[in-house]
This record gives sequence, C-alpha cells and structure tokens, in this order.
Amino acid sequence: MSATLLGQSILSGIFSGSLYALLGLGLTLSWRYLKIINLAHFAFIFLSAYLTYQLAGPGGLSPWLAIFIVVPLFFVLGLAQQAVLDRFKVDEFASIIVTFGMTILAEVFIQWIWSADFVRLETHFLRGSYEVGAFFLPKQEMLMAGAAFGLCAATAAFMRFTWLGKALRANLDNPQIAASFGVPSRKLSLMIAGVAGALAGIGGAFMALLFTLAPAQIYTWFGVVLAAVLLGGLGSAMGVFAAGLLIGVGEAVTMAVTAPAWAPVVPFTMLILILVLWPERL
Amino acid sequence: MTISAAKIPQPSRRDLIAMALAAGVGADARAQTSGAPVRVGGTLSLTGPLAATGAIHKIVGDVFVQQANKAGGMLGRPIEWVLLDDQSKPDLARTLYERLITVDKVDLIIGPYATANILSAMSVAQRYNKILVHSTFGIPKLATYERHFPGWPIGFTPEDSVSNMAIDGILSTGKSIKTVAIVTSKFPSVNFLAAGAREAFKKRGVNEAAFIEFEFGARDFGPIAARVREANADLLYMGAIGLEGNQLLEAMEKINYTPKNHLYLYPAPGPLSLSPLGKDALSLTIYEDLPPFNTNPMAAEFAKLYREACAKAGMPFVDPETQAGAGYSAWQILTGAVNATKSLDDETLTQHLKKNGAQTIVGKVRFDGPQNYGDDLMRLKQVQDGKWVIVWPREVATPGKTIVVK
Repeated sequence: MSATLLGQSILSGIFSGSLYALLGLGLTLSWRYLKIINLAHFAFIFLSAYLTYQLAGPGGLSPWLAIFIVVPLFFVLGLAQQAVLDRFKVDEFASIIVTFGMTILAEVFIQWIWSADFVRLETHFLRGSYEVGAFFLPKQEMLMAGAAFGLCAATAAFMRFTWLGKALRANLDNPQIAASFGVPSRKLSLMIAGVAGALAGIGGAFMALLFTLAPAQIYTWFGVVLAAVLLGGLGSAMGVFAAGLLIGVGEAVTMAVTAPAWAPVVPFTMLILILVLWPERL
Repeated sequence: MTISAAKIPQPSRRDLIAMALAAGVGADARAQTSGAPVRVGGTLSLTGPLAATGAIHKIVGDVFVQQANKAGGMLGRPIEWVLLDDQSKPDLARTLYERLITVDKVDLIIGPYATANILSAMSVAQRYNKILVHSTFGIPKLATYERHFPGWPIGFTPEDSVSNMAIDGILSTGKSIKTVAIVTSKFPSVNFLAAGAREAFKKRGVNEAAFIEFEFGARDFGPIAARVREANADLLYMGAIGLEGNQLLEAMEKINYTPKNHLYLYPAPGPLSLSPLGKDALSLTIYEDLPPFNTNPMAAEFAKLYREACAKAGMPFVDPETQAGAGYSAWQILTGAVNATKSLDDETLTQHLKKNGAQTIVGKVRFDGPQNYGDDLMRLKQVQDGKWVIVWPREVATPGKTIVVK
C-alpha cells in the first residue's frame, strides 16, 4: 500500500466523518437537552435532501437558494414535531417508537412523491477537486466538512458562552431551580428542537449534493450516526465531531488496508470498547 | 470459450401467436373475460432497500395483467394479481407466501424480486407443491425445487458462462486486456458471479490487479476508489447491484481517475446510463427495447405501456431493460402454460413447461437442463451516447453498434 493511497483514504475518512458529525449534531442535541431519541431526524434529513433535489434540480434554483428555503422550513418542522411530542408527553423511551413510526411515514411519503427509484441532483455546483500534491480534495466535500466543523464549533461555543446555552444546561440539571431563575423551559425546548430540525435541513441539503437518493437509504445511516453521537458524548457538539472523524477515518483506513467489507465493524467495535473501558463516558 | 446460446432464438409465427395469447397483444382485442378471476399471488419489494427494482416489477406486472385481461386472461377468466409488500425481507416473503397459499387461497403464485426472497418463496412453494415461476434469481445451483421455473434465462452456471461471454466480447475487439480489478459487493448473487469471474479471468490469462469486497449498503467509496486507482487495471469489473456502480464512479471522479474500461454486473440502469461518468460502461442484459427484442407487436406494445406507466409513477428512468424483461417473461411463462394446458394444476403446468419451454419477450426459454435451467441468454450491453445498446454477441448487437474497448 502506498502513502498516497493511505493519505487519500484518510482524507476520504475525514470527509465521511464530518458528514456523520453533521448528521448527528441535531440528534445529540435533542437526545441530551430534550430527552428525545429522535429517529425522525433521519427522515427530516432525507425529506430535506429530496426537497433540495426538487428545488435545485427540476426547480432550477441554485443550491444556495434551495438551502435558504429548506433550512427555515425544517426549523419549523422540528419545532412542530416537538410541540406534538410535548402535547402527548412522549418520554425518552417512547420517543424511539414514536419517531421511528414518523420515519416510516416519511419514507412512504417520499416514495409516494418521488417514487422508489433513484434520483440524482445533477449540478455543476462546486464540481471537481483541488489537486494538492498527490492528493485530491473534492470541493463539495470540503464545503460540507467546513460546514460540519463550523456548526459543531458554533454550537459548542453557544452552549458554553451564551446565556441561552447556560440556561439550557441549567434546565437540564434542575428544571425547577432553573425556572425560578426565569429560564423559560418550554421555549428553550422548542428552540432546541427547531435548531435540530434546521441542522437536519442542512444535512439533507448536503446529502442531495453528494449522493444519489432512494427512500430506503434513510435507514442505512442510523447505525453509524448513532455510534458517533454516543461516542461523542450526548449533547457534546465537538464530541460528535471528533467521534465522527474517528469513525470515518477508522473506516477509511480499514478499507484501504484490509477488505472494505470490514469497515462497518469499525464504529460498533469502537462503541463496545468505549462501553467496556470507559463506561462513564456515556 | 464460446457461449453455445449466443444467438437469440427468433420466434416463429407460431411462437408469436403463443406469446400474444400469453400477453394479450395481437389476439382478439375484443376477447372478453368472464367468471371468477384466476387469482395469482405474489410479493414484491415495494419498500426497503430493493424497492427501486421492486417498483419495476410492480409496473411490469400491472402492464402484463392489463394486456392479458384484454385478451382473455387465463382460461377466459380475468387475472387478479394479489400483491403483497415483502419490504425487501426474505423472512417476511416466506410468511406472506404461506399466507397467500393457505389464507388467501390463490390459484397460482408468482415469484418475488431478488434471489433471497425468491429462495424464501421457493421453500413455501415446495411445501405446498405449487409451481413457482420467478424473475431474477441469481444463483441457479440453489434452486433445487423441481417445480421452479426461471424467467431470467442465465443458464445453470452463469458464474462461468456469463463471465466468459463478457470476456469474449471484450477480447473480440482485438484490444489487449492484461489486468483486471475486481470490486464486488457481498450481496450473495453478485458476489457469486464475481467469484466466477475471478476464475474465468485467471483461465484467460488476465492478471488480477486487485480484488476488493465491500458490504451491500456501503456509503463511502473513497478508499475503494483510491485502491482501484492504484491498481490502474485495464478493466474494472464491478460486482455492483443498484447504485454501487455510480457511487464508485463518483468517488473515482473526485480523485480524477477514469477507468480504462469498466463492466458492472447489475447496475441501476438509469443512473448509470444518464451519468456522464457512465460513458462506455459495460453491463449484462437479457432484454432491451432494441432490435431484435422489440421487433414484434407484443414487445413494442409492452415497451410503450411500460414507459407510460413509469412516467405516471414518477420514475426518472422509463426504458424497459433486464429486470422488466425478466419480470414480463415470468408472467408470460405462467400465463402461456395455463392457456396452453387449459389447466391450473401445478403438476400439469410443470410437465408442460419442462417439455415445451416457453416463448417470451426475452427469447425462447427452455427448462430441460439441470434444475430447470436452459440456455444462458445474457448479452453484453454498453452505454453509448447516454443510452444502452447491445454490443455482443455480434448477431444480436444493436444495428450499427460495436463494442468500444480502449
């Protein structure tokens, strides 16, 4: 194996890992701060991807413009979902079942509108790669990785340094005491849900740019993204980014060094090792 | 090695009449059906990871039943297709076939899509001694049930015959293929053919520059693309099912690598032919809406109705090809046998098919070989100018088209 192959594979892993982080960011926030294991997050991602495809493909809009339409829409969708979950007092365990049901409904909806066949957003938007020495850096993936890092860093900073971030953490520790200090618990919940929805919207837009879409692909992302969320530590924005990179690079190096068929073993092996060796991390 | 069944058998006038009676075209358009429907039960992967192809078989079945019912259905009775969604799950397919036979009490059954689901249905059919005609079953040696009949004629040893046919086609150009990089999904029917290809290439003196297996459902093809680039073989043999071929091509594009020659086993035909990256991609087929397959009225009408139905269903790729041909062929085999024997008895239908075979849209299909397999009717096709054309064997090549090998 050459150094070029290893280096290019590591780059590929960094891009994959960034995508895992981008897709997992909203999920980790809602799990930690809302106590909702929102499997419908994946459905939102694919709904956003199909909508981006529709707007930027057959609709003829620029992908940038499509993102500006899709993201606010999914903010509202996330907010509405949380309002419904609140209304029926869905707890953490029940949320798995309820949101999985929502995911199935979304899959059926996507199939009804766009068929079960594959669709691909053919666009010249940031096509091609930069060549740096012996390595290639695809432009679309670089934008996605930059967005993933930027969003994770901004979320981490928001949680650490802003009053709202502190209020969220206080609300998590003790809602009664937080409320006595004027922390508006319900509004914060809705805000987090809206942000998680918007993040799903962004993730979906990148999904449309990078992948050919089919409705059933919703489920192929569950395992690896949930592994990144758990490895990163619930609610930790930079944690999910680091875990995403760890998994992505681990998978890529496995694919370069051994049979690629071993790659799916990587995230779950890491997860089991963490559970065994460092249980308090979770 | 050459393939004995390289020629596509041209249907005689008698065959055409039989095909028309099976499908409803060319027969008396005023033929009326009456009486209780003949209920044909089956499942398809209408949801789940195989749904994109399941949707093709659904449209094919709908078109066929519509055509057949206009021409007298089965035994003069209308055909009713009792279709259930197996969600791409073999275990569910098994349960649903059990239900179709014991609860819904259908008269006949027809196979689901994909090897594992067909195998599940076959075990149920065997338990109840039901005849099972099916479409794209990829591992013939596993089909041991004496009343199964494949609508996808790939011969009993496709791991040998299909690989050699492809190699024959490529080498027929006189270009030298010294090395091959074999990349394959671990999806069973694909992996099985790729394993056969390894042996076939070895026997033909083509060196294996890389052999790379990946899991079905893989997302990241970047490292695989980097390995293919490093191998830089004369031919990329991709054991792909569905989108995997496109995913690898896109990953290779990102590292500025274009394979010299590339062959895909079971690609999603639309995305591969419509992508600029699919230029000169080779693949296998038993049916395309091209001569000689579409030179009779039945095939022409099928292609027209199929396209209309696909467009109505919002499917982006509307051209009928292998999956559609195999699905239609399965329906023709079953309906043709019923109408020829005037019987719904499983044993009678079985004996008729074993003795006579069937004339179908993909050609004359025989069931007199090992485990009811006959000739391998696979052809080599290639993306040229954004469309699939048949390029090998020469006698069935699309007029004016020859295989392009660099």
